[in-house]
Amino acid sequence: MPGATSIHINNRQPLRATGDSLAVRALLIGATLVFFLLFLFFPLVVVFEGAFSKGGAAFLETFRDPYTRHSILLTLVIAAISVPLNTVFGIAAAWCVTRYKFRGLSFLITLIDLPLWVSPVIAGLLYVLVFGAQGWFGPWLREHEIRIIFAVPGMVLATIFVTFPFVARGLIPLMQAQGMKEEEAALTLGANGWQILWRITLPKIKWGLLYGIILCNARAMGEFGAVSVVSGHIRGKTNTMPLHIEILYNEYQFASAFAVASVLGLLAIITLILKTRAEWRAEQELRASSFSTAP
Amino acid sequence: MRRRHVLPGFGLSLGYTLLYMGLIVLIPMSALAMRVFSGSWEHFWQTVTDPRVVASYRVSFGLSFLAALLNGVFGVMAAWVLARYQFPGRRILDAMVDLPFALPTAVAGIALTAIYAPNDWIGALLEPYGIRIAFTQIGIFIALTFIGFPFVVRTVQPVILQLSAELEEAAACLGANRWKTFRRVIFPALLPSILTGVTLAYGRAVGEFGSVVFIAGNIPFETEITPLLIISKLEQYDYSGAAALGFVMLCASLVILLISNGLQAWNNSRNGTA
Repeated sequence: MPGATSIHINNRQPLRATGDSLAVRALLIGATLVFFLLFLFFPLVVVFEGAFSKGGAAFLETFRDPYTRHSILLTLVIAAISVPLNTVFGIAAAWCVTRYKFRGLSFLITLIDLPLWVSPVIAGLLYVLVFGAQGWFGPWLREHEIRIIFAVPGMVLATIFVTFPFVARGLIPLMQAQGMKEEEAALTLGANGWQILWRITLPKIKWGLLYGIILCNARAMGEFGAVSVVSGHIRGKTNTMPLHIEILYNEYQFASAFAVASVLGLLAIITLILKTRAEWRAEQELRASSFSTAP
Repeated sequence: MRRRHVLPGFGLSLGYTLLYMGLIVLIPMSALAMRVFSGSWEHFWQTVTDPRVVASYRVSFGLSFLAALLNGVFGVMAAWVLARYQFPGRRILDAMVDLPFALPTAVAGIALTAIYAPNDWIGALLEPYGIRIAFTQIGIFIALTFIGFPFVVRTVQPVILQLSAELEEAAACLGANRWKTFRRVIFPALLPSILTGVTLAYGRAVGEFGSVVFIAGNIPFETEITPLLIISKLEQYDYSGAAALGFVMLCASLVILLISNGLQAWNNSRNGTA
């Protein structure tokens, strides 16, 4: 799935001699602006407006609530487990997909994309069918008093499922564009695999890696559907921030719901800034590198 | 399997990738398939053709299609404006394209509901005219448009940037006006990427849950989406029913994935890029 999830390496070109007339430009820019204001900026503004609709004191009060605090903590814990795991996976997957040719390569790339296509609700459902009370391992887990579904381990698994493509997708286009001449040079100079990874490849791909980690983290912290299915919504135990927002909203505590939402809204803005910056730096370095081969 | 590359680490990286994906994806997927195939065929068929379920397909698949079409129009326009024109704020707009991706779906869901609810913002403006958006199919349509927007822009934008200037100049030299150049030269070159982007937006919208569930109102036969029915079956501990619906949606997603892969291959062969 290209588009929003994979890093973009564009060679920006100057404007053409055959441009559109001023009227066409004004019309298209105007219509685009209206669409952006209505569909993108407006929802974001509404989140922050809603957060402070009852004043700053009420805003702060929301974050004194122990359930809110616990939901923030749990969100951080789940992201802290799933993002590093998916980062290691992403590097391994991007390495084997871009450094070697083997049968089933394109199938493997498609498989890596799969979670982006599967409804998050189905991601949750899959784990319920494996670990739930009537699932594959359900009886065994009950015997040993291990809880996975309606508990934190299931939420971590569901989060890993929906977020594992992001780091790989951030790296694959970049590593394909960069080629592997430096790695091969290092090999001839006697470096072993780990030395090549640490000294050559990781510094080369750091902006693409950052890009993938940022998107992975944003999705991990904001995931709703998949986590909702496996969480059981136990307040103070299995509620992440998005789930807490839902509960507050359904209890008509709109100001509190938007207060929690505004934190995630801020996270989204930071994500966009860092992502744009990482994309820009990756592009710059790719262009600056004399070794780089055009894709 | 013959190794064609000198770099070390093939076995380790491929092995780790396959192990991880096996544990995270393949085992759970086979649990779903087992659940579906071990049950009775009549029960499966009854579940997936239940009138309430069929109504939810119409909502999920139908409205996703309409939203993807609207994104096809506005996404191409936005991609064109961002790729071709210089104006103040262009970089901010460019970064904002990915907002639907970065903003958690639950946050988008409550924000869109607040905008279009009958007593707020735009909802209050339209209420006197008897137009309701939140808790109707129009609300779902708007949420699905929001969620799919980045996919069209980000698929079409790179292709616009790579269009060769000579083609347009040649068309102008041969006497074509700007509109004709667009229709006969630019649009055909963009078409594969537009179709790819629209398919991607469609695929994303079909499975979407978080941003839709708040604004939908979830009225059976009217504004109930299929993922919501899966959740309500799970809440009733009807695992087989949930698995049956999940299987249908998974198959639909795979078909959309195959179509988009085909379109991307077409797009790449047209533009010579990966």
